Amino acid sequence: MSVGIIMLVHTAFDRAEQVARHWAAAGCPLVIHADKSVPAKTYNAFVSALSDLPDVRFCKRHRCEWGTWGLVAATQSAGQLMLHEFEDVRHVYLASGSCLPLRPVQELIDYLAERPQTDFIESATTADVPWTMGGLDHERFTLRFPFSWRKHRYLFDKYVYLQRRLGFRRRIPNGLVPHMGSQWWCLTRQTLSAILSDPDRHVYDAYFRRVWIPDESYFQTLARQYSLQIESRSLTLSKFDYQGKPHIFYDDHLQLLRRSDCFVARKIWPFANRLYDAFMSDNAGAMKRTEPNPGKIDRIFSKAVERRTRGRPGLYMQSRFPVEGRENGLTCAQYSVFEGFGDLFENFEQWLARITGTRVHGHLFAPERAEFSDGQTVMNGALSDSAALRDYNKRAFLASLIWNTRGERQCFQMGPRDHIEDIEWEIAKDPNAQISVISGSWAVPLFKSNRNFADIRQEAARLQQVESKHLDVLRSPWAKARIRIWTMAEFIEAPMEPLQTIIDEIGQQNLRGLAEVPKMADLSGFGQFLQNLKNQGMHPYLMGDFPVEHGLHEPQHATPKPYLVK
Amino acid sequence: MELLREAGIAYRLRWKRRRLLYRALRKRHQLTAVADRTGEIARDAILAAATVRNEIVRLPHFLTHHRQLGVDHFLIVDNGSDDGTREYLAAQPDVSLWSTSHSYKLSRFGMDWLTWLQIRHAHGHWCLTLDADETFIYPHHDTRSLRALTGWLEANDRQSFGALMLDMYPKGPLKAQTYRPGDDPFRQLCWFDGGNYVMQKKPDLQNLWVQGGVRARYFFADRPRQAPTMGKTPLVKWNRRFAYVSSTHSLLPRRLNRVYCEKGGEMLSGVLLHSKFLHVVVEKSAEEKERREHFANSELYETYYDGLIANPDLWCEGSTRFISWRQLEAMGLMSRGGWV
Repeated sequence: MSVGIIMLVHTAFDRAEQVARHWAAAGCPLVIHADKSVPAKTYNAFVSALSDLPDVRFCKRHRCEWGTWGLVAATQSAGQLMLHEFEDVRHVYLASGSCLPLRPVQELIDYLAERPQTDFIESATTADVPWTMGGLDHERFTLRFPFSWRKHRYLFDKYVYLQRRLGFRRRIPNGLVPHMGSQWWCLTRQTLSAILSDPDRHVYDAYFRRVWIPDESYFQTLARQYSLQIESRSLTLSKFDYQGKPHIFYDDHLQLLRRSDCFVARKIWPFANRLYDAFMSDNAGAMKRTEPNPGKIDRIFSKAVERRTRGRPGLYMQSRFPVEGRENGLTCAQYSVFEGFGDLFENFEQWLARITGTRVHGHLFAPERAEFSDGQTVMNGALSDSAALRDYNKRAFLASLIWNTRGERQCFQMGPRDHIEDIEWEIAKDPNAQISVISGSWAVPLFKSNRNFADIRQEAARLQQVESKHLDVLRSPWAKARIRIWTMAEFIEAPMEPLQTIIDEIGQQNLRGLAEVPKMADLSGFGQFLQNLKNQGMHPYLMGDFPVEHGLHEPQHATPKPYLVK
Repeated sequence: MELLREAGIAYRLRWKRRRLLYRALRKRHQLTAVADRTGEIARDAILAAATVRNEIVRLPHFLTHHRQLGVDHFLIVDNGSDDGTREYLAAQPDVSLWSTSHSYKLSRFGMDWLTWLQIRHAHGHWCLTLDADETFIYPHHDTRSLRALTGWLEANDRQSFGALMLDMYPKGPLKAQTYRPGDDPFRQLCWFDGGNYVMQKKPDLQNLWVQGGVRARYFFADRPRQAPTMGKTPLVKWNRRFAYVSSTHSLLPRRLNRVYCEKGGEMLSGVLLHSKFLHVVVEKSAEEKERREHFANSELYETYYDGLIANPDLWCEGSTRFISWRQLEAMGLMSRGGWV
């Protein structure tokens, strides 16, 4: 009893020959199918090169285009020839010219000999497979596909669309339940011969001829009719990318393939000399009689598919530039934006850095320069503090900053004095942003400043206008950030609670409450200051209500109690 | 309306491409063959094309590196070298060399000459268009040859391949280094700016306009719009009807510029390690400033040249030390996309 190999070849004939000899050397009879589009000269050279092997046959040639019936026809011809020519073949293994046996062939023979009734063919109903292409799963079996997907995509799509509109459906013959799976299988003589000599075969053939990608469903469906025992997996390790194209194995996959313990892998790059050298020599497998375990390879390749289709969130680079809405995350990590805190508290940045252990910047969008933490002029990734460079593309600046500092949470200050136009929307829409605002506290530095009151009044009006627009942005229904807004009056009523909430959300170790609070600016006289602004015709309202009397009648309280705990 | 506008742009670009090809055709007489070995180009050969001027210092490594990657034949135009570049190249067995003393700037920075050579010799080949100070790398380049890359690109229906130009610089003043021709220049130029790139999509050509890196940070911090373009499309399955528009930053037809994914995924891309800041740059800058052959608006770049002539130290606290392609890939400067 032995294992017969059907080999479908269309290119890289030197490698195909090498692999054929490898199979033959282990005593496996071969039937080779060469694509009809291969030039006669190449084909004849290939045939004569293998003429010294006694158990090699070449079957009738068909034109094999991806996703068409030709591949099934080729397999049928080869299968028939195999069953007819080699009486003692019990399992038939379907392989291609770019398949590479990873373990000694004898191990495969033994493995199959221990399981004489088992068909190894991946076969799942359409409802259960996630890897269908182009959204066509069950429709593969109920629509017609006269146009090539590769060559005439437009016609293909339009014709599918038309059939859907017309409600066209093909009938599936004899109550077959369509199954799909990897086209690389290993069937027993019993099952294969039953499929090939079925009295209704012409019905099935006529039906599958118009199914899309029949090589993934013909044998997979029919095997279910006859098989005594189906093991629904392929013995051939074969991975596919997001477009359904097979991944190719190169020299650097050697260790990965060794550890897979699979019997056969495809598709191998024809110039991967190291792979062929390693696995074509006799002692390659080190005789591990283990079950195939492609788990690690699976993980690596599914990661690659993810990388190709979803990319790394928050990364903008030369080959990933998502249009709006497809970013899958504007930034790569969470960060906090504080507005007004630096004005209200005297040492807010130092305090925040100490309490949370995060990186706390000043006003990143300040007019003069990006105020990086600790007065740095460049940040990770050589991000410059130049205001011109930053303002050239603020969004890229912010995305780069968060990307470059992956693993360390970033906090920064923002306010109406900064260049926040263009960037305020980006931040508000970013679910990674945590924005906390004490509205109106821009008035505190003005209150403390030693400027002419006319200038102060003008500046206050400007800042109020900017901040009021900014608050509209934050309150818009498109804002996705976690946003908290307090008026200044509200905030100083009970500053501890909001601070605690924000810090907790940043999620650092401080579970037992804040041991230390930042020092609030001295606000005595602030109410009067606001009243003065009002008297000048300006209407400061973003800070909430501050009683004037406080400043007027209590001059003795020159040093009000700072907000300290404990 | 949008469709009409698009069609208008497409039509205009079509004529632009024809103009570029016609330009190249007219400039063909400026080239004199010095060593024409193009008869040896096999049908599936991978080519590299470059215009060089006084690059004897960089060429040995340039040729070695790209040969190792799997470039089979080099098409090179020598623009009036006087340091032995010409003799050196003429003696290489896999180089076809042409020479010219005409203006580099008037030849669109050498592109007209190369376009002509590509029309003649690169049709149907994968062709890498480079400068002598660019070293092309891509994911897995240490274990997979260019042929593996181009084969994969073809299997994925891609005709072009994008790369970010990465300015490499030393730590310390530029002139303080010593470099022997043939050595790996990135042993000394082993620092780069890892995360200060900005990009926008050009509406007409649809290429990504990438800027940033050390030159933007150091020389153009006050006028970022003028900072050099860092995105390139150096590797193309060439057709004689193709033409580069400005250097290798963009080309026509514009579908070739779509080397990036807009749906959130990452496409396979590479990096051009830029060895501009070898010690020779200081003298060369003085010469280039005089020749005014390198930028369309040369006056705008005088301060840039002055900055270089001053022998600066480009290194900063935020610089990253170059280790390997895996590092660049992990930092997101290039991507392996779906190529595992």
